Amino acid sequence: MVIKAGWEIVIGLEVHAELATATKLFCGCANAFGSEPNTNVCPVCLGLPGSLPVLNEQAVEYAMRIGTALHCEIRRSVFSRKNYFYPDMPKDYQVTQYDLPINSDGYLDLPNGKRISIVRAHMEEDTGKSTHFGGTGRIQGSDGSLVDYNRSGVPLVEIVSGPDLTSADDAKAYVAEMRSILVATGGSDGKMEEGSMRVDANVSVRRPGQPLGTRCEIKNLNSLRSLVRAIDYEANRQIDMLEAGERVTQETRHWSEDDGRTSSMRSKEEAMDYRYFPEPDLVPLDPSPEWVARVAAGLPAMPHDRRRLLATATGWSADRSDSGMAPDNDAVLTVVEQDLDALVLAAVAAGADARRAVNRAANELTGSSRAALLDPGAFATVLRLEDDGRLTATQAKAVIGELLEHGGDPVAIAAAKGYEALDTSVLEGLVDELIAAHPAEFERLRGGDPKVGGFFVGAAMKRSGGKADGKAVTALLRSKAGLS
Amino acid sequence: MSEPAARGLTRDDVVHVAKLARLALTDAEIDRYTADLAGILGHAEDVASLDTEGVEPTAHPLPLVNVFRADVVRPSLDREEVLACAPSSDQHQFRVPSILGIA
Amino acid sequence: MGASHAVHVGPGSSETAVSIADDVRAGRRSAQAVLALHRTRIDTAEAEVHAFNLVLTDQAAEAAARVDETVASGRDPGPLAGVPIALKDNMCTRGLATTCSSRILEGWRPPYDATVVSRLAAAGAVIVGKTNLDEFAMGSSTENSAFGPTRNPHDLERVPGGSSGGSAAAVAAGFAAASLGSDTGGSIRQPASLCGLVGVKPTYGAVSRYGLIAFASSLDQIGPFAHTVEDAALVLEVIAGHDPMDSTSIESPAPSLVSAVQQGHADGVHGLRIGIVTELSGEGISADVLARVEVAANRLRDAGATVDHVSVPSTVLGLSAYYLIAPAEASSNLARFDGVRFGLRMVPEGSANVQDMMAATRAAGFGAEVKRRIMLGTYALSAGYYDAYYGQAQKVRTLIINDFQRAYQSFDVLLTPTSPTTAFAFGAKTADPMTMYINDVCTIPSNLSGDPAISVPCGVGDDGLPVGVQLLGPALSEALLFRCAAVIEKGN
Ligand SMILES: [Mg+2]
Ligand SMILES: [Zn+2]
Repeated sequence: MVIKAGWEIVIGLEVHAELATATKLFCGCANAFGSEPNTNVCPVCLGLPGSLPVLNEQAVEYAMRIGTALHCEIRRSVFSRKNYFYPDMPKDYQVTQYDLPINSDGYLDLPNGKRISIVRAHMEEDTGKSTHFGGTGRIQGSDGSLVDYNRSGVPLVEIVSGPDLTSADDAKAYVAEMRSILVATGGSDGKMEEGSMRVDANVSVRRPGQPLGTRCEIKNLNSLRSLVRAIDYEANRQIDMLEAGERVTQETRHWSEDDGRTSSMRSKEEAMDYRYFPEPDLVPLDPSPEWVARVAAGLPAMPHDRRRLLATATGWSADRSDSGMAPDNDAVLTVVEQDLDALVLAAVAAGADARRAVNRAANELTGSSRAALLDPGAFATVLRLEDDGRLTATQAKAVIGELLEHGGDPVAIAAAKGYEALDTSVLEGLVDELIAAHPAEFERLRGGDPKVGGFFVGAAMKRSGGKADGKAVTALLRSKAGLS
Repeated sequence: MSEPAARGLTRDDVVHVAKLARLALTDAEIDRYTADLAGILGHAEDVASLDTEGVEPTAHPLPLVNVFRADVVRPSLDREEVLACAPSSDQHQFRVPSILGIA
Repeated sequence: MGASHAVHVGPGSSETAVSIADDVRAGRRSAQAVLALHRTRIDTAEAEVHAFNLVLTDQAAEAAARVDETVASGRDPGPLAGVPIALKDNMCTRGLATTCSSRILEGWRPPYDATVVSRLAAAGAVIVGKTNLDEFAMGSSTENSAFGPTRNPHDLERVPGGSSGGSAAAVAAGFAAASLGSDTGGSIRQPASLCGLVGVKPTYGAVSRYGLIAFASSLDQIGPFAHTVEDAALVLEVIAGHDPMDSTSIESPAPSLVSAVQQGHADGVHGLRIGIVTELSGEGISADVLARVEVAANRLRDAGATVDHVSVPSTVLGLSAYYLIAPAEASSNLARFDGVRFGLRMVPEGSANVQDMMAATRAAGFGAEVKRRIMLGTYALSAGYYDAYYGQAQKVRTLIINDFQRAYQSFDVLLTPTSPTTAFAFGAKTADPMTMYINDVCTIPSNLSGDPAISVPCGVGDDGLPVGVQLLGPALSEALLFRCAAVIEKGN
C-alpha cells in the first residue's frame, strides 16, 4: 500500500517473546504449547490464595542473553505488579518489570543498515488464554468465554523499540531480524504461528519535520503479513482523519486480518490506571558482573555477525545501506536465517566456491529438515564437480537432493545416476551437429544476438539427455563463432 | 510540598476508585467511604506532608537479592481437583460471562 | 478476677505443649487421650467462645492415632507429638475449607497445604481446627468476621483482640495447647495480650508465608500463641526455617529457642541493656497498662539487666505509614477474589458481562472493613497519589528502620506495652475506623521494620483482665527476646 505524499509514518514495536524454559516463570509447571487445557497448572500460576512466586533462574539467564544480543545494559531490576482485572490473568495483576527493567538502552541493526533503538527488554509473566463462544465467536458480542491457564505464568521478555521505524517494510525487517536473534540466543523459538512471539505496533503519522503525532497501539498481529497490512491500513486511517480535520485518539486497536482493518478495543473513558508498585513477594534481581560477563562470553555469533562473515567469504557486502538489496544478499540472509552458514563455511573450507555454496544452500537446502545432517565435505565435492564441468547444474541439484535423502559419496551417486560428464570430443561433435542443423541461428549468434545462445544450450541438453554442461556448450559455440 | 487541600478526596474520586477496585458499591457505601477515607487520609497527612528529601523508600524489610528456583518441572495439580473449585466450568476450562475488552 | 463470665483455662490447669509432647513421646500418655481432653473442652465451651470456623474431628483423631502408632512402633513422633494445635483460618489446608472468615471464599477447599501446616504435621502436632479471624486479618477485635465475633475466654462480654482472635481464644479456653496466628500490624501480639498468652511475631522471613492467604505481603508473618514462653519457642522452632516455596524466606533465626528460654529462667539477663520506648509508653496508653510495663522493667532489672528510656522518634509515624502500605498491598492481594476460579460468584440481574460479575461478587463477598481497606489502598496507589501516600509511607518505613538501628546501638532489647488497653467491650470501637486502628500503635513499628517482637503476659490491669508487654529486638534476635520474656514470665 502506498502512503500519501507529504506524510511520514512513525512506528515503535513491542515484541513479546516466550522464553524457551522447561518451566514457567514463577512455578514448576511445564512451559509447553498445545497441552490439554488446564493440565499445566498449580496454585502459583492459578493465582490461588496463599501461593507465592519463586523466580526461574533459567528465565533470567535467557533474558540476559537476549539483552546482551540486543546490546542492552543489564542492571539491577525489580519486579512490579501491574494491577488490572481480566479473567485470563489469575491474580488480577501481572508481575512485570516497570521502572527498573533488567535490560535497557540497546539497539538492533536491520540488514539494510538502519539502527533501531531498543528502549528496554524486560521480564514478565504471560496470561492464560480465553476462547469465546456464542455470538460471533469474537470477544465482542460473545455469550461467554472459557479460560485455560496453561499459558499463565509462562516467562516472557517484552522488547520495546524506540519510535525509529518509518515504514511497514522496515517493521517487517525488524521483526524478522528480532526473530533470528531470539532463536540464535536459544532464549526463544520465535514462532509467531504458535504465539510464542507476538508483536504490537505503535503507529503514528506526522508531516515531515513535525513533532510525533498521537499514536495508536495495534494488537492481534499474528504474522509478518498482518504486521505490514495493519501498519499501512492504520497509517492511512490516521492520515485520512487528519486531512479531514479530525484528531487521532490515543487508544488500543484490534487488527482484523479478515476485514483488513483496525477497530477500537476499549472505550476511551475507561482510562487505565495500573497502580504499579514493587512486587513484595519477590526480591530484587541483581546479576553480578561475573554473571553478565559469563552470559556474554557464552553467546553464539548473532545473525548480523554471521552475515558479515559470509559476506566476507563471498566478497559480497552484507550490509548495503540503500534500500535495494542485492539478490545475492538475500541468499546470505536466507542462509543465516536457516542456520546453514556454518555448513556453507565448512564447505568453503573444504574447497567449495563461496558464492556457489551460498546460492546452492539458499536454493537447495532451505526447508529441508535434513540439511543439518549434510556432510560439508560431500556438499563441497558436489559444488567442485559442478565447477569443473563434470556435473551440470541440474545434475548437481539432483545429487544434493540424494545426499539430503540418503547421504553417501557424491561421486558414486553421480556415477550411479549415469551422470558422467560428456567427454569434450563428444560434446564438440554434438555442437558441430547442431551448427550444421541450424545454420541461420548460428549466423545470428555470430552477429552477436545473445538470445540464440540459449537456443543452442537447450537443444544440446535435449540431444544429450541433460548430460551436456550448459557452460561448456556456450564456451564451444562462442569459440566456433569466433567470439572469444 | 503540596497543601493538604490539594489532596482533598471527593465523592467522584471514590466512585472512580470503586471502579478501579471492581467493587459494585451502593450510594450509601460511597458516602460512607468518602467520609471514612477522608478521615484516614487526614490522619495520614503526617506522613504525606513529611519532608523526606533524600530518603530512600523501603519496599521490603529484607536485604535479599537473587532468590531463584531451578528450571525443573514439578507435578502440576490434578485438573479435576482444580476445576472442582470453579464456580462454573465447561470443557475442562473455567467458564466466565462475556468479556468486553480490557477495562 | 473482675470478669463477669469467664471460661478461661490457664496454664496451671492445662498441660503445656512441652509437657504434652514429653508425655506422648515417652509413652506416658496417648495423643488420643490428650485430644479427647481438649475435645471435651471444645464441646463444653466452644458454643460460647466461638473460637473456630471449623473443628476438625475425624482428621484430628486420625492424626492422634498416627502419633500413637509411631510412638508404639518406637519411631520418633516429632517434637510436637500429640500437641493439639489450632490454625488461623487464613492458612491453607488441603481439602478443608479455608475461609479467611469471608463469604467470598464460600465453598473453597484449597488443593494444597500451607508450609506451616506440613511442618506441624511432620512434627507430630494434631490440628484441631481452623480459627476465626477478622475478615482477611483486617481488624483488631475479630468483630469483622463474616461468621460472627469470637469472645474473650477471660470475659465473654469482651473482644479477644484481633485479627487472630480465634487462635488466641482457642488457647486461652484450653481448646488447643498452642495455635498459629498471622501478624501484619499486631494481629498475634495484641490478642495474645488481651487473652493472657504469649504471642510471637518472628523476624520477617523466618516462617514461610507459602499457603498463608496474604493481607499485606511485606508485613505478614506467621507466629505462635502459647500459654508459656517455652511453648511458644518450641512451636516456633518447628515452623521456622527456610522454605524454597517462599522467595522471602530466610534460614531459621535460632537453632534453639527453647534453650534460650531455659537460659532466661535459670540465669536471667545479666548485662543486657533494655530500653523503654518513650514514644510508645505515654500518650494514649492506659495508666494500668503503663504500670505493668514498669513491673516488667523491674523484673528485668532484678534479673541483671540495665533499664533506661530510649527515643525512637519515627515510630509516631508508624500508624499512618502502616495504614497506607498495608491497604495498598491488600488492594492488590485481594484482587484475585473475582468469582472466576474459586469461591463465591454473583451474577447481577440483567447483566451478562464478566466485569459486572466481578464487581457484584466482590461487593457481596467482602465485608465493610475489607472494602474500606481495598478502597483506601487503591486510592493510595492510584495515579497522582502514589508519591504522596504509598511512596511517602515507604520512605517513612526507611526512617523507622534507621531509628530502630540507632536504638539498637545502645540497647539490646526494647520494651513497650503491647496494647494500649486491656480487652474492650464488643462495639466499643466500631463507630470510627481510626479508633480501632489506634489499637495497633505499639505493634505496627516492628512489622514495618521486619524485626521480631514478642508479647508476654505481665499480670492484670485495673479491671482484672490480662495485660501483655512487648519486647522488640533487631532482626534474628528471637533467642534474646525469648530469654527476656522468660524472665518476665517467671515473675507472674
Ligand atoms: Mg507488558
Ligand atoms: Zn504452576
